[in-house]
Amino acid sequence: MGPPFSGRGVAGMSETPVLRLSGISKRFGDTIANDAVSIDLARGEVLALLGENGAGKTTLMSILFGHYTPDEGTVEVEGRALPPGRPRAAIDAGVGMVHQHFSLAANLTVLENVMTGTQSLWRAKSDTASARRKLAEIADRFGLAVDPDARLGDLSVGEQQRVEILKALYNDARILILDEPTAVLTNAEAERLFSTLREMARQGLSLIFISHKLNEVLAAADRVVVLRGGKVVAERQAAATTKEELAELMVGRQVARPKREAGKAGDVVLEAIGASLVVDGVPRLSDLNFQIRAGETLGIIGVSGNGQGQLAHLVSGLSAATAGELRLFGEPIPTGVEALVEAGVGRIPEDRNTEGAIGEMTLWENAILERVRSRRFSKNGFVDRAAARAFAATIIKDFDVRGGAPDRRTRLLSGGNMQKLILGRNLHDQPKLLIAAQPTRGLDEGAIAAVHTRILEARAKGAAVLLISEDLDEVLSLADRIRAIVKGRLSPPLAADEANAQKLGLMMAGDWNKDSQHGEAGHAL
Amino acid sequence: MRFERRAHRPLALVIASPVIAIVAALAISGALIALAGAPVLQAYYQIAVGSFGSKLAFTETLTRATPLIFTGLAAAVAFRAQVWNIGAEGQFYIGAIAVAAFGAQATAGLPAALAIPLLMLIGAIAGMIVLLLPLGLRLKFGVDEVVTTLLLNFVAVLFVSMLIEGPLKDPLAFGWPQSVPVADNAILPKLIERSRLHIGLAVAIAIAVVVHVVQARTVFGMQSKAAGLNPRAAKFAGVPLASTLIKVACLSGGLAGLAGAVEVMGVKGYVTTDLSPGFGYSGIIVAMLANLHPIGVIAAALFTAAMFVGADGMSRAIGIPSYIADVTVALSLLTMLVALFFTQYRIVK
Repeated sequence: MGPPFSGRGVAGMSETPVLRLSGISKRFGDTIANDAVSIDLARGEVLALLGENGAGKTTLMSILFGHYTPDEGTVEVEGRALPPGRPRAAIDAGVGMVHQHFSLAANLTVLENVMTGTQSLWRAKSDTASARRKLAEIADRFGLAVDPDARLGDLSVGEQQRVEILKALYNDARILILDEPTAVLTNAEAERLFSTLREMARQGLSLIFISHKLNEVLAAADRVVVLRGGKVVAERQAAATTKEELAELMVGRQVARPKREAGKAGDVVLEAIGASLVVDGVPRLSDLNFQIRAGETLGIIGVSGNGQGQLAHLVSGLSAATAGELRLFGEPIPTGVEALVEAGVGRIPEDRNTEGAIGEMTLWENAILERVRSRRFSKNGFVDRAAARAFAATIIKDFDVRGGAPDRRTRLLSGGNMQKLILGRNLHDQPKLLIAAQPTRGLDEGAIAAVHTRILEARAKGAAVLLISEDLDEVLSLADRIRAIVKGRLSPPLAADEANAQKLGLMMAGDWNKDSQHGEAGHAL
Repeated sequence: MRFERRAHRPLALVIASPVIAIVAALAISGALIALAGAPVLQAYYQIAVGSFGSKLAFTETLTRATPLIFTGLAAAVAFRAQVWNIGAEGQFYIGAIAVAAFGAQATAGLPAALAIPLLMLIGAIAGMIVLLLPLGLRLKFGVDEVVTTLLLNFVAVLFVSMLIEGPLKDPLAFGWPQSVPVADNAILPKLIERSRLHIGLAVAIAIAVVVHVVQARTVFGMQSKAAGLNPRAAKFAGVPLASTLIKVACLSGGLAGLAGAVEVMGVKGYVTTDLSPGFGYSGIIVAMLANLHPIGVIAAALFTAAMFVGADGMSRAIGIPSYIADVTVALSLLTMLVALFFTQYRIVK
C-alpha cells in the first residue's frame, strides 16, 4: 500500500538478504550461548526462531540489536555491516525490537511513548502534530488501531504490545524482532497479533519472532530455524514440517507429553456450593457449583481474566467466599493457608516468581515456608533447620530439581526447575487435593512433560486435582472433566473424552444453555 | 560496559565490602582535608588517638557507640522486613522522655535491680507506640511510612520540648529547658570506674546477639524476612503479613526507644532537646554499613562513634572542623551502597 513497503513477498530469496547473521559466537564464562550461528532473512519473510529456554535465542537477538558484542561473527543489514554493540546503529539501520517485557512508560500516553527517544532533548518544542499524523498513518496501514491519547497504563497487555510494535514502526523499522510475543497474550490477542504480522510481511517488512511454542510457530511463520545449545540444528519451511518433528528437533530427543489413563473416581473431596466472590464491590466469581472426587481431575479453561486468578486464590485459602461455601470432605473448608496445607491441600500458584517462591531465599527456606509453623519444621518457635534441609534435599532428589542444593538461592534455578521445587513441596506428602493454576506457563517442552507426569501421578495416587489452565492441550491431556469459566461463572462440565476444539471454543465463549446453569447442581457429577 | 548479576555473592566480598567502603570514604574525606590545607595523615592520626588513644578516649567511644548499636539494630530489623523506619530519632526521644517521666518519682521507691529493667521496658514501649502509629496508617490506608516516620521525628522532638518547658520541667535547673532527673535508683551502674561507660553497652551487645538469633533461627525471623523480600509470595505461603509487620515494628520502635532510655539512665540522667546528636539518623547509616546484620551493627556503631569522638580531638589539635566526621560518616553510607551493589553485580565488557 504505502510506497516504502512495496511488498515483494517470500519469493525474493535470491536477492541480497535484508539481514544476514554470519558465524555469530558468544561465550559467557564457560557457557557457550551462541556457536557459529548463521541466519539469513529475506524481505517480506516471517522467520521463527524456535528453541527451548536457554537455547541462545535471546542472546542472538541481543547481539543483533547491539546489546551484546559478539565474540566472533558479523551482522549485516542490507549488505552493510553493523558496528557491534551499538543499539543506536541497529535502530538507524531499520531494526526494531519488541521486548517480552515492554520498554514503555505506564504514565505517558501512547503518542508520548512512541515519540520518546525520537526527538532531540534540546529542542524547545516537540512537533506533536506531525508525530500524531505519522502514527495515525502507520496504525492505519497495518491495522494497529490504538487511541494515541490513551494513557499506556490503562491499556490491556495486548494493546500495550501494539504500542511497542507501533513504536518500532515509527522509528522506520524494516526488520522487526519480537521476543516471545505471545507469552503475555490471550489466545484471541495472539491470533490478532499473527494476522498483523502477516500483514506487515505482505507489505515488505521482515520479521523474526522468537518462541518455544510449536503451534504458533507453525501458524505464523514462513520458515523456522531451530536453535539448540546455541547452534542452529535445523531449518524448515513451516509448510513442510510438523509439530512432532519440530518438538524433536528442539528438544533433541523424542518427547511426548504423558496422557491420562482412565481412573476410578472416589469420594467427593472438594465441593463448591454457590460460592461467590465480590472484590471491592465487583463480582468476580458468581454462584460456582462443582465437585471434584478423589482420583479425578477437573480442568477449568477460559480466556485469561475471566476469574481464573480469583478462583485459584479462593480455593488456595487466600480469600474467603463472600457468599456460598466451599467444602472439603463434606466439612466447611478450613480458613487460612496454614490450616489448608495442614489438611492436605497442595497449591501450585499461577506465578512462580511472584507467588510460588522467593528468589532471594534458599531452596530449603522455600521448601518449608508454608509449613514452617508445623511441628515438623519448628519447635518452640525455632526453625528445625536440619529437618528443613533434609526435606529440601529429598525434594531435589525425588523431583529432579537440577542445579539445586538446599542452601542455594532459589533465584538461580531455571523456571522449570523452580516449578519442580514447588511441585515437590506440594506433592512430596501426597496431597488429598491439588490445585494447579497455569502449572506449565512459560516452561519448555521437557519441563512440561515432567510437570504433567507428576500431576498425573498425584491423581493416580488418589488426589483430587483442580487444574486451571489456558492451555487447551494441557487440559485435554490431564483433565477428566472440563468446565469453562466466563465472567466469573462456570459452564456445565464436559467429559474430556467427548471434548473437541469446537465444543471447547463454544464453552469459552460463554455459549452454553442458560437454562442448564440453574439446574447445574443437579447434574454436576 | 555493563553490569551483570552475580550468581553467587562471594562471602569474602560481603565481609570486605564495609571495609572497602570505609577506606574509600576516608580517602575522599582525606582529599577534603588536604583541600582545607591540613596534613591528611596527621588528621587521621589525631582522630585515631582521639577515639582509641587512651583509656578515657576509648571509654568515650564505647559510650557513644552504645545508643548507636540500639538505633542501628532498630533500623536493621525494620529494613530487613522492608518497614522503612526513618523515625528512630523521634522514638529515641519519646523513649527518653518516658523514662524521665516515670523514673523521677513513680519508680523511685523500687530497688535498682527492679527499677532499671522496668524503666528500660517503659522506654521501649514508648518507642514502639511511636512506630506503631505510622505502621497502622500503612496497613490501613497504604500511607508511605518513609514520610510519616520521618515527619514524626519533628513532632516527637517538639513534644519533648513542650514537656520539658512545661509539666516535666526541672524546677531546680535555673530555668534551663531540661526535664526532671531520674532518681538515683535508675542510674545505670558504670562498667569502668571514673568513666562515663555504663552497663548499657553490655545490654546493647547482648540484645544484638539475641536479635541475630531471632532473625536467623526462629519462625518469626524467617517469616519477617519473607514478608520483606516478597510480600505476595509470603502471603501465598501463609505468612500473616500484618501481624508480622506489627511485630517487626514493635521490635524496631522498641529498640529505638530503648536507646533513648539507656542514654538518659546511663549518661545524662535527664532529657534535653540535644540529648541525641542524631543517633536515630546515624543508626540508619550504621545499619547499612552492617549490611543489616545485627552483629555487624556492633562494629559499624563502633566505627561511627570513633569518627565522631576522634574528630573532636582532631579538631582541637589541628583546627579542621569536627564536621569532617559527619562528612566521612555520610560518605561511608554512599560508598557502602556502591560496595553493596558490587557484591551483587559484576562489570562485564
